[in-house]
Amino acid sequence: MTAASSAPQPAPVTAAPAAPAPAAGGAGTGTPWPLVLPALMLFVAVVLIPLAMTVLLSFNDWGQYKGIEQVFILKNWREIWEDDYFLEMFLRTFRIAVLATLITALLGAPEAYILNRMQGRWKGFFLLVILGPLLISVVARTLGWALLFGGANGVVNKALMSLGVIGAPIPFMFTETGVVVALAHVMMPFMVLSVWAALQRVDPQIENAAMSLGAGHATILRRIVLPQIMPGILSGAIIVFSLSASAFATPSIIGGRRLKVAATLAYDEFLNTLNWPLGAAVAVLLLVALVLIVVGSNALIERRYAEVFR
Amino acid sequence: MSRNGPLALLFHTLFVIFMLAPILVVCLVAFTPEGFLSLPTQGFSLRWFRAIARYPEFINAFWVSLWLGAVASLIAAAFAVPAALAIARHSFRGREALSALFLSPLMIPHVVLGIAFLRFFTQTGLSGTFPALLIAHVVVVFPFALRLTLAAATGMDRSVEMAAVSLGAGSWTLFRRVTLPLILPGVISGWALAFIQSFDELTMTVFLAAPGIETLPVRMFLYIQDNIDPLVTSVSASVIAVTMLALVLLDRFFGLDRVLSGHGDRGR
Repeated sequence: MTAASSAPQPAPVTAAPAAPAPAAGGAGTGTPWPLVLPALMLFVAVVLIPLAMTVLLSFNDWGQYKGIEQVFILKNWREIWEDDYFLEMFLRTFRIAVLATLITALLGAPEAYILNRMQGRWKGFFLLVILGPLLISVVARTLGWALLFGGANGVVNKALMSLGVIGAPIPFMFTETGVVVALAHVMMPFMVLSVWAALQRVDPQIENAAMSLGAGHATILRRIVLPQIMPGILSGAIIVFSLSASAFATPSIIGGRRLKVAATLAYDEFLNTLNWPLGAAVAVLLLVALVLIVVGSNALIERRYAEVFR
Repeated sequence: MSRNGPLALLFHTLFVIFMLAPILVVCLVAFTPEGFLSLPTQGFSLRWFRAIARYPEFINAFWVSLWLGAVASLIAAAFAVPAALAIARHSFRGREALSALFLSPLMIPHVVLGIAFLRFFTQTGLSGTFPALLIAHVVVVFPFALRLTLAAATGMDRSVEMAAVSLGAGSWTLFRRVTLPLILPGVISGWALAFIQSFDELTMTVFLAAPGIETLPVRMFLYIQDNIDPLVTSVSASVIAVTMLALVLLDRFFGLDRVLSGHGDRGR
């Protein structure tokens, strides 16, 4: 694989990567309005305006009988601020996302490294096997975990108990443990892909040089490989974290109706309780929190690893 | 390059089992001859695949998803080509901001987009219609179409265009006969990836779907909410089979790692 790509690979689902520099020769300098306008109008009309409407909606009033009242009050925001239920729900959402991110990093990074050391044919085959699930319906993948977890005598518990890993069955269905495991599985390809992309930029001769200078395998991993793939792990972590924190299908199917996270709570407020303004406030808060976290950590990573991204 | 040790291969084996187990179990349970969820121990049966035919809502949802994905990706690609050419070839003020805006559906949680679209389409009276679903899907898959088209447009050899211009080609002829054919592989792989994203989208669509225009993931999700039985496993197994086929084709023609990481420029 001719893999020494020059530009830093934009992460698959991360915050707007910098656009590539325009190709030299015949590049215009004025804004090419005829080319830009169709997509720009679409995005203003169908992304920016609806988002603004959602923010406004979160300041509206709602009552069981009167429905939505178009006023500007802070009732929903005060309710989210004062009711511990929402604090607990957001803490759960971010706790699940952090744990899923840690698992994908701890398992996905070594796996990407192992994959990269495989021989050509096997490398391609296992890359397909591991990245392929990304394109398989999330509902189908989560259904698989629901089947594996299923009750106290699910397949996973039987396997773990027969291997002697656990003494008594662990409850997976309708628990945070189950949601974290299933989410880690759903998000794993993003992490492997991100670390894989970082590994393609690593010169294998550096490892050989370290070995010839007498470095042991552990030292090479710790001092040579890890620092070079760290940007890949971190940008993968940002993707996995933001997608996990806003995940809907997996927490909804594995977590059930009681174990609410931000996305499933917003869904409930919209389609069951019909309290749209409160649901909108939860959604806006999730969006703002994620944008702050993602933009903040992106800036930190780019400052820390400026030389890698140059 | 040094080989992997036995410990690394053990880790790799466990990892692959972890990745494949939930997918395999869905496919196995789909072949159960029993009337309840179970791994087939007494032979395989296709009864639950035949049962799909008796549930027109799944068949209908499949066609909705197929049409929606194909048309939404086509429209997204049509919007993406001029936008990609502008971003790849022109340097203008607000270029970075523009590409950030165009890629923003990747960053905005789909639950937020679903809520925003539901509010927007309710206010404009389009709620619960196919056009509303279509517009929403065009926006959500646009970044995928844009990124691969952009990669193709950035890596294109401009000298062929200059040759065409020097031979007297007009701007439309230039685009149709020279530029478009050159970036077409990127456009097509962008379309394919956009299609898959649309076909799988659940979180946003669940807010917009109404009876009659439910997509397959939405139908499956709502079904699972009520009960999990072998029928939904056979539907899932069918979806997995179709996706695998698309996956192998995509990998053969474009290289899966390039498509997924946004570099649709293999073969150059």
